[in-house]
Amino acid sequence: MAVLELTNISKHFGAIHAVNDVSLSLEAGQVVGLMGDNGAGKSTLVKMIAGNFRPTYGAMKLDGSEIVMHRPVEARQHGIEIVHQDLALCNNLTAAANVFLGRELHLGVWPLRILDYAAMYKRAGEIFKELKSETRPRDLIKQMSGGQRQAVAIARTMLSDAKIVLMDEPTAAISVRQVAEVLNLIRHLRDRGIAVVLISHRMPDVFSVADRVIVLRRGRKVADKPIADTSPEEVTGLITGAIEQR
Amino acid sequence: MAVTLEQTIEQRQHNWLSKVLSSQTFWVLIAIVVACLFLSFATDAFATAKNLYNITRNVTFVAIVALGMTLVIITGGIDLSVGSVLCLCSMVLAVVMHAGYSIEVGIAASIATALIIGAFNGVLIAYLNFPPFVVTLGMLSIARSLAMVASNNTVVFQFGPDHEKLLALGGGSIFGIANPVLYMIVLALITGFVLRWTRFGRYVFAIGGNEQAALLTGVPVRPIKVAVYMISALMAGIAGIVQTGWLGAVTTNIGTGMELQVIAAAVIGGANLAGGVGTAFGPLVGAALIEVIRNSLGLLGINAFWQGTFIGGAIILAVLFDRIRNLRQSE
Repeated sequence: MAVLELTNISKHFGAIHAVNDVSLSLEAGQVVGLMGDNGAGKSTLVKMIAGNFRPTYGAMKLDGSEIVMHRPVEARQHGIEIVHQDLALCNNLTAAANVFLGRELHLGVWPLRILDYAAMYKRAGEIFKELKSETRPRDLIKQMSGGQRQAVAIARTMLSDAKIVLMDEPTAAISVRQVAEVLNLIRHLRDRGIAVVLISHRMPDVFSVADRVIVLRRGRKVADKPIADTSPEEVTGLITGAIEQR
Repeated sequence: MAVTLEQTIEQRQHNWLSKVLSSQTFWVLIAIVVACLFLSFATDAFATAKNLYNITRNVTFVAIVALGMTLVIITGGIDLSVGSVLCLCSMVLAVVMHAGYSIEVGIAASIATALIIGAFNGVLIAYLNFPPFVVTLGMLSIARSLAMVASNNTVVFQFGPDHEKLLALGGGSIFGIANPVLYMIVLALITGFVLRWTRFGRYVFAIGGNEQAALLTGVPVRPIKVAVYMISALMAGIAGIVQTGWLGAVTTNIGTGMELQVIAAAVIGGANLAGGVGTAFGPLVGAALIEVIRNSLGLLGINAFWQGTFIGGAIILAVLFDRIRNLRQSE
């Protein structure tokens, strides 16, 4: 059964139809590559799943029941996690502090509640180990490599039992060696049974890690097929419009 | 050799000693100690109980306000209105008590004034996205003008039935330590605790580090910003109340230009105006250095006109250390 099912979703900003009548479903333990040119509607679509925008038309079903979200926090409560393109990390804080940002662990009861540093360092350390990352919980973000930063952003999604992880261009601004590291992190999420949506411009990344590819053009879905049944050439054609919908 | 999970978790980038040695606050503290040692030998008047008592008491007003300022600066903001807010809060206290109300009513009115002003600043900055510099610059002008309106620009030195209580509050001492110093220590301990051990403190740093990231991860950025400006105004109000008790009179020009001294104390103490960095101990050390410089110039018989040069030099020197450290890190 599909974890998330979008039926005829549209988002209009005044006269601009950013996303038009898109239906798709995400399966547990599957990586879906979401591709399309700039302005094709990728970001808008993802922002609707993440609770930033409400669809103008259409329905969203999570585990078979319809959901309506007004704020990003609600998406998180539903088990939908996002790794933002700029990673949303605070350079002046430690890795552990960033992993737990917005959901810190506490000791004691209000008003005598204090941050539970030991527990947060421990849990963050365990997650980094599980991700096979060299990131250390007490290190400051500003002294980390691009790959380590990605690991911190991804570790956030593993705090709760996420069902869906949306990744916005995770390999856009990092070195080749670190790309391999990030792709491994994505495979790791998949093996945990999470549905991963990988938004990317990089054809090799999508073809090495995704199970399925969805192509958007001008707000419409023009392809949705298993990665084995397609080729980078065909996807490029679909993105640019050289190949019509199929 | 295999690294265990525990070792990774325990791994620190700096040990305790190197952390202390690399902090700006530590070197400012060393500068103060060296200056004090030098002055005790160079002059007879410095190391007397009376002079030290005066120094510590003078430090406190700037230091208390600088505690609140440090929170604002950590979020990446600035509060220029603190000097005027201090004046207005002193005046509200004075006028209310002069009218015959008790000290409790006077303090409550004064603190309420501070919180309202802080909330006004905070709401404009956090919800309407005004630049902090502009809002608090406006408030600098408004608050002082309101103080003049409240008192008809007169000096108030009669505080009604609780006159003596107020003077004891600001001018008294416990075990030879001036009351204002005790207030400062208590407030600094609370600030330090909040910054290190509470979720609020963590969010203050997060907002200064990357406001957008804080928003995306679900940190209530706007309420926290409002709270931070309210705390800054509250600290100015508390300093105003204590200073009123200490001086025994209020004029409409107390706290004039104080915002710059307060910002200087915060910056000398290691707060970074770009946001994200600061401690509760820093502003105390910063305020102390400024006061020691002022005091020593007087005692050494150096023309008072030189004061600004020395304090300005201290600000630039303190930040210079920070720059050098950053340059070394980025290389």
